[in-house]
Amino acid sequence: MRISTLFYTIRQGFRNIFRNKMYSLASVATITACLFLFGVIYAIVMNLQNMVHTAEEGVSVTVFFQEDTSEERIKEIGDLLVKRVEVSKVVYVSADEAWESFKEDYLGEYADGFTENPLEGSQNYEIYLSDVSMQNSLVTYLQSIPEVRKVNQSQVTADTLTGLNSLIGYISVGIVVILLGVSIFLISNTVTIGINVRREEITIMKYIGATDFFVRSPFVIEGIIIGLVGAAIPLGIIYFVYNNVVDYVLNRFSILTSLLDFLPVSVIFDTLLPVSLGIGVGIGFIGSFVTVRKHLRV
Amino acid sequence: MKVIVAEEFFVTEEKKEVKKKRKKKKVSSESDIIVLDHVSKSYESGSPALDDISLRIKKGEFVFIVGDSGSGKSTMIKLLLRELKATEGNIRVLGYDLNRIRHRKIPQFRRNIGIVFQDFRLLKDRNVYENVAFAQRIVQTPTKLMKKNVPAVLASVGLAGKYKAKPKQLSGGEQQRVALARALVNEPTLLLCDEPTGNLDPKNSWEIMNMLDEINKSGTTILVVTHNKEIVNEMKKRVITLKKGVIISDEEEGAYIDED
Ligand SMILES: Nc1ncnc2c1ncn2[C@@H]1O[C@H](COP(=O)(O)OP(=O)(O)OP(=O)(O)O)[C@@H](O)[C@H]1O
Ligand SMILES: [Mg+2]
Repeated sequence: MRISTLFYTIRQGFRNIFRNKMYSLASVATITACLFLFGVIYAIVMNLQNMVHTAEEGVSVTVFFQEDTSEERIKEIGDLLVKRVEVSKVVYVSADEAWESFKEDYLGEYADGFTENPLEGSQNYEIYLSDVSMQNSLVTYLQSIPEVRKVNQSQVTADTLTGLNSLIGYISVGIVVILLGVSIFLISNTVTIGINVRREEITIMKYIGATDFFVRSPFVIEGIIIGLVGAAIPLGIIYFVYNNVVDYVLNRFSILTSLLDFLPVSVIFDTLLPVSLGIGVGIGFIGSFVTVRKHLRV
Repeated sequence: MKVIVAEEFFVTEEKKEVKKKRKKKKVSSESDIIVLDHVSKSYESGSPALDDISLRIKKGEFVFIVGDSGSGKSTMIKLLLRELKATEGNIRVLGYDLNRIRHRKIPQFRRNIGIVFQDFRLLKDRNVYENVAFAQRIVQTPTKLMKKNVPAVLASVGLAGKYKAKPKQLSGGEQQRVALARALVNEPTLLLCDEPTGNLDPKNSWEIMNMLDEINKSGTTILVVTHNKEIVNEMKKRVITLKKGVIISDEEEGAYIDED
């Protein structure tokens, strides 16, 4: 294709858009709405996942051992635990450390009366999980070790987090799929109208010897442009509004500041930008290409 | 040894080239630009629009097609453009077998043909210049050439000062000249006109016909469907008369046959 032909085709694409402004606007608006929702959902999901992840990292299982277990045996078990897939980190807490931390947390200055460690035999492992959903299998395994006296776990937290994670995932995928369907439908309508408006021109083009490709291209370009604009607008809005919203939430719920750990907008855009543009161009292309195939038997 | 093989290879390639050229030449030097061989065309309903038509039109001819309304003239034009396929018989136009031509070859085929209609069929939202340039863009003429060709052809149809006018700012005669310029700008071998003067007054009709005559003299084969009895009788060209889908007369320097 010649460069001049390419430019001409692109100009025709724009001409189509302006020719039926109302429908083009409707298409752009729908895609904007879809991708705005998608962006908002994505930002929320990313932040929630980030928070969940931070929380997950704090979830730990604690194992205590029988009093007569030797130091070597405890070390052996520790080595075995590190090798398991569900385990991300194992921290050994000696009896003295356990006592120190207990003193700090609960006794303060009253602890001075103790000369011996009353928590003798309370040495333990704090096991951090790589994935909360695997907590149960780990606990079962731990309980099967004869030297293990007691396993402490945070059952509620683990289950809730796992459930919340996948629920958010399913809902967002569902919404986005529906919205994409609506967008494609609208683009298809816009292009159909463009084709009908230009029927006569297409007939003349064919008489003069235009190739199918030449006839179809402006309509496909039209769809892609609509998709691009429809993707750019919500990206712009989200980019400028994101920080304001984060600030607002942090101020409004200042008690939760330590819990609410928001991602910077740049991290969100690392993925959101290419994905949104890709989706915009993609639905623009698919919507127009399929329509052109159907309505333009050239 | 290798050298000899290579030489042989080149020799055969050369031979192939020569053969190709000969084949091409044969096509383009074929003196019959249009050959209809027992061609019939039936639409879904009713009697056939064209019934067992055979005719030949040579390169450089100027031919009128006349006949009553519904006698099949436009149908014949559509067959020649391969807008429609014949129900029966063979059609050859410019060396292309229109029964066999592949869909994706049709644009290439049509680029050799110019077409003019009774209702001009200009693009209403574009000016005179763009309407003509449109045809050059479709065949992907380089912009530089296009900028030379379009003014030249517009001047040749007497529209030099009107590049910027939109179709509805022009008279019927002027609009038809724009359409003619559009049909000519790609330098077709064959020009098909379906009632080109049907919407024009006698003066404009004559001007268009005289232009067609000039174009024909420079070598373009021309086929004109018309109802204009006076022009047909005065121009003394070959006249093919259709009636109910059948050729009832085909005469050099013919006259308009008026049955009533
Ligand atoms: N698309 C179509 N479907 C069905 N019948 C058609 C169609 N086009 C033309 N016909 C019929 O075919 C016959 C020939 O039509 P055609 O248009 O070729 O006539 P014509 O000679 O060009 O007439 P006119 O001088 O009025 O333009 C007519 O009987 C017409 O009704
Ligand atoms: Mg007709």
